[in-house]
Amino acid sequence: MAEKKITLEQVRHVARLARLELSAEDETRLQADMSSILEYVDKLNELDTRDIAPTAQVGEAGTPMRDDVVSNRPVPEEMLANAPARQGKFFKVPRIIE
Amino acid sequence: MASELHKLSVCEARDLLRKREVSSREITRACLDRIAEVEPRLNAFITVCEREALEQADAADRRLASGDGAPPMCGIPIALKDIYCTRGVRTTCASKILDNFVPPFDATVVAKLREEGAVFLGKTNMDEFAMGSSTENSAFGPTRNPYDLERVAGGSSGGSAAAVAADECLAALGTDTGGSIREPASFCGVVGIKPTYSRVSRYGVIAYASSLDQVGPFAKTVRDAALLLRALAGVDPRDSTCSARPVPDYEKALIGEVHGLRIGVPKEFFVEGMAPDVERAVRDALRQYESIGARLVDISLPHTPYAVACYYLVATAEASANLARYDGIRYGFRAEADNTEDLYNRSRARGFGAEVKRRIMLGTFALSAGYYDAYYLKAQKVRTLIRRDFERAFASSDVIVAPVAPTTAFRLGEKTEDPLTMYLSDIFTISVNLAGLPAMSVPCGYDGGGLPIGMQIIGPAFSEETLFRVGDAYERSRTGKGRPAKV
Repeated sequence: MAEKKITLEQVRHVARLARLELSAEDETRLQADMSSILEYVDKLNELDTRDIAPTAQVGEAGTPMRDDVVSNRPVPEEMLANAPARQGKFFKVPRIIE
Repeated sequence: MASELHKLSVCEARDLLRKREVSSREITRACLDRIAEVEPRLNAFITVCEREALEQADAADRRLASGDGAPPMCGIPIALKDIYCTRGVRTTCASKILDNFVPPFDATVVAKLREEGAVFLGKTNMDEFAMGSSTENSAFGPTRNPYDLERVAGGSSGGSAAAVAADECLAALGTDTGGSIREPASFCGVVGIKPTYSRVSRYGVIAYASSLDQVGPFAKTVRDAALLLRALAGVDPRDSTCSARPVPDYEKALIGEVHGLRIGVPKEFFVEGMAPDVERAVRDALRQYESIGARLVDISLPHTPYAVACYYLVATAEASANLARYDGIRYGFRAEADNTEDLYNRSRARGFGAEVKRRIMLGTFALSAGYYDAYYLKAQKVRTLIRRDFERAFASSDVIVAPVAPTTAFRLGEKTEDPLTMYLSDIFTISVNLAGLPAMSVPCGYDGGGLPIGMQIIGPAFSEETLFRVGDAYERSRTGKGRPAKV
């Protein structure tokens, strides 16, 4: 594999979109892995799909509708029980407004 | 007898419980003792719920004693893949990012089983976020195969498959996105069914790839799997993709008769590189079906060689969206940071394992500006071609019978270095998910090394009754060959 399918710069761009902090080692490894996987998936280009409609879902046609009514009882303590950091009845996060 | 109660099938246990010949506490105790005995070697469980299980067993015994009308699953001890949200019980998805997550609610299928009085022994090991084919991508260490401790149990639902195979539980639940029930069932010599897409609710099942994920049972017999699926299936207002079709009494379909059934044999599933013992076992099973009145039909699924490539774009794209929710704010692991951007980036970097990051990256790339058409859209179009293959095949056949995987269980570490090699172990299972069809893995023999081999029975959408009938007829027709030793 002379030419990699994806550049290090692209790897960094995708990592930014995916909100993943990568070490230099991670970047190199992902460049190699993603390149070989993308090279493999290129085999899809052997198929002529010009007149083929895409499939997004394989379930039954239609989306069932229902009334929008509250069915659960909101219990703030339960909702907050898994919070990594909290203050009173709130999820605590680093300062977002200067 | 009491010491062997963990070896019961679900149907045997149900009948004994109804006759009050054994108690749920006795069966549950036997399973917990078995878990204590083999877990140090297998690692099939992430969390064992001894106290809760015994309480549930006692409650089931009270219900059974109070007279008739106890539901089929009442008092039956089962295991749940650690992907099912369980109220008050830690649910990790085998990830560090959910290491301390205790859901405040039950998944719909868990609630249904709880309602029936089932006993939950614990949460089983898996590949992190169901991404893998060997359960080696678990943050809690790999599960080992009960038939050979140096080999994998398959994945991603490897813990559930191994737990059933080793009689740690009577049955278990898994999920199947690209083969994650069928491949481990095959590797561990148990029955596993991936129902039709939309047959079972996914509410409360941690999402990987939403257009592919499906819930299903592992069991010791086809009949047990039929019983379980009846308890799981059905409409759920909390999962809008869930089908409103009525749920048949699958057990009634087990008539032991396949006369005149047309079994499609796809030539693309018998290819070079397949282990000779696997091919032999599946061909023997096909001959067995002929001997009991079924007819074999040669069919072709020409786009099979493209299924893995198609899957790794569709599934990773959906995963990249589904896993965006793990941001370290409301639940799960949070890394220290003094601004939110770093908090997200670091929590995700340290919380997710290597394979999960690889798939998020690949999916994000496939959906990103400039690449969407070339990768994601292209894969969705190929998915249409794969669906059409099956539609054509089912014009001339009632079911398809093929191998589940090209090999038996591979060695731990054998495929961890190269992601593509690992992906290709799902080559025979993935197209079924892309087409949304039901498929079941049924044990059909052992290789020269004593490792189990599974055959795959695939049907048209909502043909689960036929799959159970066909699988059960094979089980009944098999002469009792000796089983190799396991743990």
